[in-house]
Amino acid sequence: MKIKVKNLNVSFGESHILKNINMSIPENSVTALIGPSGCGKSTFIRSVNRMNDLIPTFQHDGKILLDDKDVYDSKVDVVNLRKKVGMVFQKPNPFPKSIFENVAYGLRIHGETDEEIIEQIVEDSLKAAAIWDEVEDKLDNSAMGLSGGQQQRLCIARTIAVNPEVILMDEPCSALDPISTLKIEDLIHKLKNDYTIVMVTHNMQQATRVSEYTSFFLSGELIESDYTDQLFVSPKEQKTEDYITGRFG
Amino acid sequence: MNREKINEFLIEKGLFITAIFSIIIIFTILIFIVMEALPAFQEYGFFRFMFGMEWSPNDDNFGVFTMILGSIFVTFLALMMAVPLSLLCAFFMEEIAPNKVKIFLKPVIQTLAGIPSVVYGFFGLTVLVPLVREYFGGTGFSIFTASLILAVMILPTIISVSQDAIKSVPHDFKEASFGLGSTNWQTIRLIIFPAALPGIVTAIILGIGRAIGETLAVIMVAGNVVQIPGSIFDPVRTLTTNIALEMGYATGLHYNALFGTAVILFIIIIILLIIANYIQNKHGMDIGGGTL
Repeated sequence: MKIKVKNLNVSFGESHILKNINMSIPENSVTALIGPSGCGKSTFIRSVNRMNDLIPTFQHDGKILLDDKDVYDSKVDVVNLRKKVGMVFQKPNPFPKSIFENVAYGLRIHGETDEEIIEQIVEDSLKAAAIWDEVEDKLDNSAMGLSGGQQQRLCIARTIAVNPEVILMDEPCSALDPISTLKIEDLIHKLKNDYTIVMVTHNMQQATRVSEYTSFFLSGELIESDYTDQLFVSPKEQKTEDYITGRFG
Repeated sequence: MNREKINEFLIEKGLFITAIFSIIIIFTILIFIVMEALPAFQEYGFFRFMFGMEWSPNDDNFGVFTMILGSIFVTFLALMMAVPLSLLCAFFMEEIAPNKVKIFLKPVIQTLAGIPSVVYGFFGLTVLVPLVREYFGGTGFSIFTASLILAVMILPTIISVSQDAIKSVPHDFKEASFGLGSTNWQTIRLIIFPAALPGIVTAIILGIGRAIGETLAVIMVAGNVVQIPGSIFDPVRTLTTNIALEMGYATGLHYNALFGTAVILFIIIIILLIIANYIQNKHGMDIGGGTL
C-alpha cells in the first residue's frame, strides 16, 4: 500500500470535517473519491500533501502514512513531501508565464540549473501529459492563451516534471468540456502505470471509467471503499446504494 | 413615465453632472495655469525657459533647468530609499505576517499617510537637519535631508497600493506553487512578485507623483539654493518650492514664470500618469486572461 490513513480526524476551527477516516491506497492505481459536495473529499486529499497547513485554523489527529512514514511527523520536510505528492487542482491554474516556464518552474525551484536537462524534462513531461503535439511550436507563448483543457494538461505536465510518486487530483475535469475531459481521462489511464493517482470526482461515470478503486464519502465519514466494479454494481452499504442510484446527493 | 423610470433618469443624470463637474474643474485650472504661463514662454522662449540654467528674476532670467534637476534628484533619492523598504513591508504584511501583526501594522501605516506635511517638515528641520550637518557636513539643508523626509512620506502610498496588487494575485497561483513544493520565499519571488509587478509599478509612480509634488516639507529642509548640486549633501531648489517661495512677491514676467514652473511640473506628472496607465493596461491582461 502506498498510502495508509489511520484514524484521521480533521477540523477547521469548530467544524469537524473528516471523522475517523481509515483507508488504504494501493500503489500505481487510480483511486476515485466520490460523494456529495461538502463531504470532505477535497479536504481529505489536501491533507495528504499538507496543503491544509496553509489554513490557520486547520487541526488534525491520526496518521497519514506515505510509504509507512507519517506525513505529519515533525521530521518531515513539507517541501520534499509536496515534491513527492503532486497536485492538480479543480480550476486549471497555470502561472502567468510561458508554457515552457510553467513546466520548468518545479525543476528550477528544486535547484536544477542545467538548461539542457530542464529542456529534456519539459519535453518529456509535456509528452507524458499528451499536450506536446499541441504546444511544440509555441513553448514561449503565454500559458494563459491555451484552452481550459490544454491548461489542465499543462498543469498535469507541470506536476509530472518534478517526478512525484503520488498525484492528487481535485476534480480535474469539472471545469472542462466533454472532449477535454475525455483527453484527461485517457491521460490518467496512461499515468497510473507510473504514479499512484487519487482523484476526487463528482462524476460517477468518470469514476467507473478511470478508477480501479472507489471510496464513498458522506458527511465527513468514509462509508465504503472497494474495487470500483464492486462498489458500483453491488455496494455493501445502503447509503452507497442510495447515492449511486441517485436517491440523494 | 412612471416613478421608477424618473428616479433612474434623475440618478443617471445626477451622476453624469457630478462627473462632468470634476472634469470641468480640472480643465479650468489647467487652462488658467497655461494662460498665465504663456507670456513667460512667449517672451523668454519655451526651450530657454525649460533648459536655461539661470534663474534671477531681477535680471529677467527665468531658466528652470536646475529646479527640474533638483526635483528629479530629490525624488530619485527618495525612491531609492522608499521602494525597497515599502515593497518588503508590503510583502511581509500580505504574505508573511500573522493576522495579529497585520491588524496592528495597517493602522500605523495609515497614520503615516495622515500626518500633515508641515509636521514632517518641522521634524526634518529640527531633527534631521542638525543630524545631517553633524554627520555629513555642510549646512544640513540638502538633497539628502529632503529625500529622507520624502521617503517617509511616500512609504504609505507605495505600501498600500502595492499591497493591493499583491492581494489581487489569484490564490490559485500560490496554491499551484506550494503544490509543487516551493518555499514561501520562492513563491513570493518567482510567482507573486512578477504577477503583482504592474500594480507595484503603479504604486511606485504614484509615489513619484507625491514626492515630486511635495512642497512644504521640502522647502523646510532642502536649502532652496538655485544651483546644480555637487553632491547629495548640497542644497537644491525644486520646482514646487520655487513657486511657493516666490509667489508672495512676484509681479510681471516673474509672476508668469512661476506659472511656467507649474506647467513644467504638470507635464512631468501627466507623463508619469500616462506611463502608469500604459503599464497597467498592457500587463494587467496577462493575469486575467485565459479561462481563469
